Amino acid sequence: MSFERKHLLGLEDVSAEEITHILDTAETFKEILQRPIPKVPTLRGKTIVNLFYEASTRTRFSFELAEKRLSADTLNFSTSASAVKKGESLRDTAQNIEAMKVDMVVIRHSAAGAPHYLAQCIKGSVINAGDGCHEHPTQALLDMLTIRDNYKDFKGLRVAIVGDILHSRVARSNIYGLTTMGAEVALCAPQTLIPYEAEKWNVRLLNDVDEAIGFADIVMALRIQMERQTQNFFPTLREYHNFFGITRERLDRANKKVTIMHPGPINRGIELDSDLADDEHHSVILNQVTNGVAIRMAVLYLLSGETQE
Amino acid sequence: MTRKVKAKIIDEKGLKRTVTRLAHEILERNRGIEKLAIVGIRTRGVFLAQRIIKEIERIEGSTLPLGILDITLYRDDFRQKLKQPVVQQSEIPFDIDEKNIVLIDDVLYTGRTTRAALEALMAFGRPERIQLAVLVDRGHRELPIKPDYVGKNIPTSIGEEIQVKMKEVDGEDCVLLVESPENAKGDDE
Repeated sequence: MSFERKHLLGLEDVSAEEITHILDTAETFKEILQRPIPKVPTLRGKTIVNLFYEASTRTRFSFELAEKRLSADTLNFSTSASAVKKGESLRDTAQNIEAMKVDMVVIRHSAAGAPHYLAQCIKGSVINAGDGCHEHPTQALLDMLTIRDNYKDFKGLRVAIVGDILHSRVARSNIYGLTTMGAEVALCAPQTLIPYEAEKWNVRLLNDVDEAIGFADIVMALRIQMERQTQNFFPTLREYHNFFGITRERLDRANKKVTIMHPGPINRGIELDSDLADDEHHSVILNQVTNGVAIRMAVLYLLSGETQE
Repeated sequence: MTRKVKAKIIDEKGLKRTVTRLAHEILERNRGIEKLAIVGIRTRGVFLAQRIIKEIERIEGSTLPLGILDITLYRDDFRQKLKQPVVQQSEIPFDIDEKNIVLIDDVLYTGRTTRAALEALMAFGRPERIQLAVLVDRGHRELPIKPDYVGKNIPTSIGEEIQVKMKEVDGEDCVLLVESPENAKGDDE
C-alpha cells in the first residue's frame, strides 16, 4: 500500500490499513536500530524543526534521535530560549520557519489544534507531538507497536486505560487507534476525570479499578497531570492512589497475566506502584521508549515521501 | 503491466545453466568456500542468491550463509520519487567482518542500486572483500561499477528494458527483452 498523507495530526481519521502500514514500516527501523551503525542516509538534505512549546524529554529526544538516525538536519526550539519569550505568535514563528525552507515540523503545544493550524500556514509536513488535551499520535502508535510485539492480534484484545483521561492526549490517540484496530477499550477513572465526549467513543466506562484489571489483557496507566489539576478533580493524591492506583496487591488479587504500560513520566506510588513499573514480568514501559524511536523514524520516512510542489 | 516482448533471451534451462556456471566461477575465483557469504538484493537477487547457494551446496557439500539486503533507504532517487517505496527488512544473520561477500542482483544497469547496496552493507560491518554477481548486465552505467561475475551481457538501447522472471514470484523462469513504457526510465535496474 502507499501512504498518501502529508501530515500526522492525530489518529482519529487514520484507517486500520494505514496504522498497520506504519507499524510494519517501524519493524524495519527496529532492525536498523540493532545494527552496528544504526543510521541510514534516507533523509539526507531534509531539514526538520522540533517546535516544543511544552516540556518534554522522552518525546523530544525520541524524535531528535529518529531524525538523526535518518540523517536529517534538525533544529531544536524550546520556548524558554526563543523569540516566543519576546511574545512572538505561532503564526509568525510559522512564517519564519517557512522562510527558512524547512521540510518538516514536529510540534508540541499546550493548545489543542495548534498543529492543525500550523499545517495550514506552512508548505512542509507537520507532525503532532502532543497538542493540549487533544492527541499525541506517535505515542499511541508506539504503544500499539509494543502491544503487537506481545500479542498477535488487536482483534478482541482488551485494553484498560486507567487514570486522568480528561487531560490525556495519549488516551485519546490510543482510544482512536486501538478501537480502529479492533481492540476493546475500557476507561477507568474518577467521574471527574472522564470527559463528556467519552460517551461517543466506542468504549466501556468502569468505575472500579479491580473490575478494570479483571477485564484487561493490558493496563495502560496514565500520569496524574499535576500541572493541569487546577480544579479539585479528586480530594487528595493519597485517596486517588487508594482508589485508582495500580498496585501489586490488586494484580495478585486478579491472579492473571496483565501487561502494564505507561507513557511516562511516571508518578511512582500514585498511579502505579514503583516496583510494578520495574517488574519485567508485567511492565513493558522501557520497550515503549525503545519502540518510540522506530515509530518516529517510520512516520518521518512515510511523510517525507511526496515531493513538494 | 504487460509490455511488448521483443525477445526471450534466456529460457528456463538457460537460466539453470547460467546459475550453475556462476556458482562454479564464484568457487573458482575464491578458491573454495572459506570466509565466503552470499548476499542477495531484494527482490529477485534474493531468489538468485538462494539458487546459487543450492548449486554451491551440490558442488562443495556445504551451505553458505545467506544475507538479504533491502536498499530502499539508501536510494539516491528518494527525493525525486513521488510515492514512498515500501521498505522491507534487511536480514544479515551473520557477522560480515572479514568475510568475502558476493553481492547478487538480477540486472545491472546504471549501477545506482549497487552503490546503494554497498553503502547498506557497510552499515553491518567491514567485509574483507565484496564481489558483484549479476544475471544480466544491460550496460548504460552511470557510475564506475563493474561486475565480477556476469550471467549474460545484453547491450540494450534506450527504449528497451530487461525483465527477469523467476518462479518464486513470477511463476516462470526466463529473461525477456521488452519495450520500456514511454518516457519512463526503467526501475528494474
